[in-house]
Formats: sequence, structure tokens, C-alpha cells
Amino acid sequence: MWKLIVRRILIMIPQIFVLSLLVFIMAKAMPGDALTGLIDPNIDPAAIEAMRERLGLNNPWYVQYWDWVTRAMQGDLGQSFHFKMPVTELIGQRLVNTFWLSLATLIFTYMIAIPLGITSGRYNDTFLDRAITGYTYVGFAAPLFITALLMLFVFGFQLGWFPTGGSVSPGSAAGTWDYILSKAYHLILPAFSMAVITTVSTVQYLRSEIIDTKQKEFIITARAKGASESRVYNRHILRNSLLPIAAFFGYEITGLIGGTIFIENIFNYPGMGQLFLQSITRRDFSVMTACVLLFGIAAIIGALISDIILSLVDPRIRIK
Amino acid sequence: MKIKNLTTSFRVLDDYYAAVDNVTLTVNKNEVLAIVGESGSGKSALAFSIMGLHNRAKIEGTLDFKGQNIAKYSQGKLNKLRGKEMAMIFQDSLSALNPLMIVGAQIDEALLLHNSSMSKKDRKVRVIDFLSKVGIPRPEKTYEQYPHELSGGMRQRVVIAMAIANQPELLIADEPTTALDVTIQAQILDLIKDLKDDMRAGIILITHDLGVVAEMADRVAVMYAGQIVEIADVYSLFSSPQHPYTRSLLNSLPNSAETKTKLHVIQGVVPPLHKMPREGCRFRHRIPWIDESSHEENPELHEIKPGHFVRCTCYKDFYFPDKHKEASGNGAT
Repeated sequence: MWKLIVRRILIMIPQIFVLSLLVFIMAKAMPGDALTGLIDPNIDPAAIEAMRERLGLNNPWYVQYWDWVTRAMQGDLGQSFHFKMPVTELIGQRLVNTFWLSLATLIFTYMIAIPLGITSGRYNDTFLDRAITGYTYVGFAAPLFITALLMLFVFGFQLGWFPTGGSVSPGSAAGTWDYILSKAYHLILPAFSMAVITTVSTVQYLRSEIIDTKQKEFIITARAKGASESRVYNRHILRNSLLPIAAFFGYEITGLIGGTIFIENIFNYPGMGQLFLQSITRRDFSVMTACVLLFGIAAIIGALISDIILSLVDPRIRIK
Repeated sequence: MKIKNLTTSFRVLDDYYAAVDNVTLTVNKNEVLAIVGESGSGKSALAFSIMGLHNRAKIEGTLDFKGQNIAKYSQGKLNKLRGKEMAMIFQDSLSALNPLMIVGAQIDEALLLHNSSMSKKDRKVRVIDFLSKVGIPRPEKTYEQYPHELSGGMRQRVVIAMAIANQPELLIADEPTTALDVTIQAQILDLIKDLKDDMRAGIILITHDLGVVAEMADRVAVMYAGQIVEIADVYSLFSSPQHPYTRSLLNSLPNSAETKTKLHVIQGVVPPLHKMPREGCRFRHRIPWIDESSHEENPELHEIKPGHFVRCTCYKDFYFPDKHKEASGNGAT
């Protein structure tokens, strides 16, 4: 077990290296740099050139890459040109916000997916199943940002049940109960809006897994042993069907990254997704690369988590 | 176990078609009844009907098990019987075992479901006892292993241990050796034989392997297209087979005495369920050279000798069309 985990973690090192290289090259390939558009065009071009030289923007790309990587490893992701503060500090608070948003979304996703998927799979081709699959088709077809806007409009503005922006009400002091509750309250609507859409693939996946497992021969064996219907489901079908869902977990995290970019912008929620979009439009090079790098690392960790969960639940994968 | 006029129908395109058609059979205690037939002849459908394992089929007729008609039982009531009084051995041991459970726990489940008073410790002792009974060399170790860690023969032994855990009175073995290689087959057959003498249970052995039948069975029922076409004790069936289908089956076995001629092949295949002829002799399309007049209009089982039944009258006029003649007696038993 430990061997497998250590091996999996070692594989992550080259993955992260390739990721960082790609991120850096892609960011560099974008037209313009941090000084374009940010500086008054009336300034002497020679002065701008001098500033470029001073910031190291004229060095060959591999030198710039090396500088960036060595500093990043020491926890210094550079300065944000726009916010005029260290990227690490800027990202810190937002990362926490996005983490909670993602966690809440995941919880909602599985809270919706597991009961719906099980019902749909167990009673397939009934009216209930058709209703649930109908919902999943709508979920596949409806873009996340439209749904989120609709939810924001209905529950935020029309009904006024939930706040329409921010991550916490102004005025509440950090660490108090009020603060925590206010944070949770601000999370619900964005997390739920995202979960309602991202969950549909998990519902479908679980449904087809259950229908598939239902017809396996060992289920007949269990019935032939005299196991009751509920025991057959709880002991034999569910565990075997949840296995691929566990494998799906890593992709779920990757999907969340894309989702948070939309959701945070629509709900004006100060997280990584919002920061990322802002940094692109402002050519805030160091913030942007840091964001992409963190997103990439999150995806890699997601895959790692999937593999570990899978090896825990499926004895066939364990490496001796 | 007495099966009377059992008909199991499946729904194909809005109509019900009988996969098992009006089957009447009796299995006695301490007897091996073999059911033989090609793929699609309804052997497995019959076994599943007896166990009540079809969920979308229409089942008619009576299944008299120890004086009770279990065909009318609810699933809940059947669950009390299944695994306890009647059990089943499946063909493919890899897919018949839950890949995520250690084999010990799977056998344990069979005990747990029917002996709620037994303690966990006692059950483990019993399971290990059964594992060694079916010839597993290190039962304590195997108890903790997953199905994929065992060989095919060992897995089939586990499946058997699971079926006999509660010492059932009726054991249905659905092609128990088909997925195994020949040496393991022989071991498994010996094991089933030993267990039979031990438990004195009635065994229904479903197979398409006539060698297995000759080795194991006391009586044989030959099935074709959902019907029983011939029933006899194993000796009469092999020495004087009557129905054209039985004779064709026996004639398609390789014979060590005749190595030069081609093997006999039965023309065509068993027709699919919804295209099965429902009138007349169902085998007539596969023996077109036999005159239509020799078939009965509504073929019945005729008792030609005590305990030897044959369906349809066509057996009287049947002959093989090609040069190589029917091997006499087929050298069986």
C-alpha cells in the first residue's frame, strides 16, 4: 500500500516539471507583457526598455524560466504588477476561499449524485428513472454560466434568500461563529449552482454502473445464496458500482477548476478563478502563471487521490 | 423435487415465448439427473426457474419441493430456501464470485443468511472446514484471499463450498466444469461425486458434455428447443438412444475406432426463441430427409420401456443420411 503511494508521488515530480515548463512557455507566447498597456504611452521608450532589462524580461526564455522556478521553489512566485504585492500573499487568501467553495461543491455533487444515481440505476426504465435521466440531459445541455446566472437572479435577486456576491459579510470578525456562518452562507448558492450542473455526469455514470453490475453473475450467486434484495444492493451492487465513481473523483477536481472560474466571476466570489481571469485581462504575468500552475497541481493531486482511493477499495489494483 | 408442466416464457418484442416448454421432471434424493442439450435448448432457463432467479419471466406449472409448490413463493419466501435447501453451482467461477470480497466472506454470507444464531467465530471454523472439504490445501490462507488470486480450479471449489455450506437437499450444477481444463474437470467431477455420497442430495447436472453425463449421471433428460425429447436412465440412453436428436448428439462424438471419416454434424442451429416452431416435432427442420409423415402432429412423450420416454414418433423411421453409419452402442458406460 505505502509502496504504491510513494511510487505514485514520485511520478508526480516529472509531471509537475513538464507542467511548469508548459505553463511558462504558453504564458510567454502570449502577445504583450506586464509593461504593455500598463504604462503611460508618453513615457520615453528607452525608459521602458530599461525597466524591461531591470525586470529580466529581455533575458532568453530558459533563463527567465530558471529564475522563476528557483524562486517558486522558495515560495516566491513573484510580484503582482497590478496589485503591487507578492503573488504568494495575494493567492493565499483566495486559495482558501476556492478550497471551501470546491469542497462545498463536491459535497453537494455527491449529495445529489449518489441518491439519484442509485434510484435511477436500481429502478431503471421506470418513470422515476426517466425523470432523473431527463434532468441529467438538461444538465448536460445547459451551460454552467447560464444556470449560475439564473440561480443568482432567482435566489439572489428575486427571492433574496442568498447573498449575491462576496465570500463573507463585511464587518464580521475573523474566527467568530458569525464569521464562519456568514462564510458558509455565502458559499451555498455558488456551490449549489455549480454542483447541479457538474453532478449530472456522476449521476449517469453511477446509473449505468449499477445497471451493469446488476446483471453480473456474482449478483445471481448472491441471490442464489438467499440474500434479500436490499442485501444484494447494499453488499454487492453498491460497492462494485461506487468503485468507478471513486476513480472519477480526480476528474471531478479538474472539472471544479473550470467551474470555479465561471462561478467565482458570476457570483463575484474572491477566489482563484476570479483572480485568474483578472490576471489574464490585466496581463499580470506572474499571477497568471502561478494560478495555472496551482490549477495544474490540483489536477495532478486529484489523479493521485483517485489512484489512492481506488487501490484502497479495489483489491485487484494493489501492488504487492 | 417434482417439476410438473413447467413453462418459462420470456418477453421478446411484446410477446411471450416459452424457453422452457411444458417440462415435467422428477429428481429424487441421492440421484444425479443430467440435463443435456445444445446451447439455447433451455437447460439453464430451467435451472433458473427452479431457483426462482428469473425476474422478468412468466413461470407456469408447479415446482413441488418437499410437498410445497415453490413456483408460487414470493422472493422473500424463496430466500429462506435458496442457499439452504437448494443451492446452485455456476459455470464461470470468476464472474460468479464478487471480485471485491475475500472468498471466506462470500462463503460466510451463505451461512450467515440462514443461521443467524451462529457466532462469527463458529462460522469461520465452519467455512474453513468446508474449504478443506472441497480440497483446498491451505484453507486458512484461502479464506483471506480474493477470487482473482486463486486459480480456476480453486475458484470452482470455492463456488462449490459456497453451494454446499448449508448442506442443501437439491443442488443444481449449471455446467460446473465447462470453464475448466480437462484435468481440473476430472478433479471437480470427482469432488461433486464424493459430496453427493456425503450429503445424499438430489443433484441436477446441466451440461452439454456427454462424457460428463456418462461419468456422473444416474438418469438423463435430453432437451431440445425447450422440450424434453428423451428421458432414460444413463445406461439405456447410451446403449439404445431413440430420439433422432439424442442419436445425432451421440453420433457427433469423436470415436477412437473410426479415425478416417468426418465427424457427424447436426445441420443448422437451435432456432432463436421467437422463431421456434411451436407445432409439430421441433427437430424436424434439422432432419429434412426424414419423411414428414413419420412425425406426430402433436408430439408427446411415449414410454417405450419403463422409465424410458421419447417424444414424437419420428424415432421409428430415423436414419443417418451420410455414408458413415451410426456407431453401434457408442461404447458408452
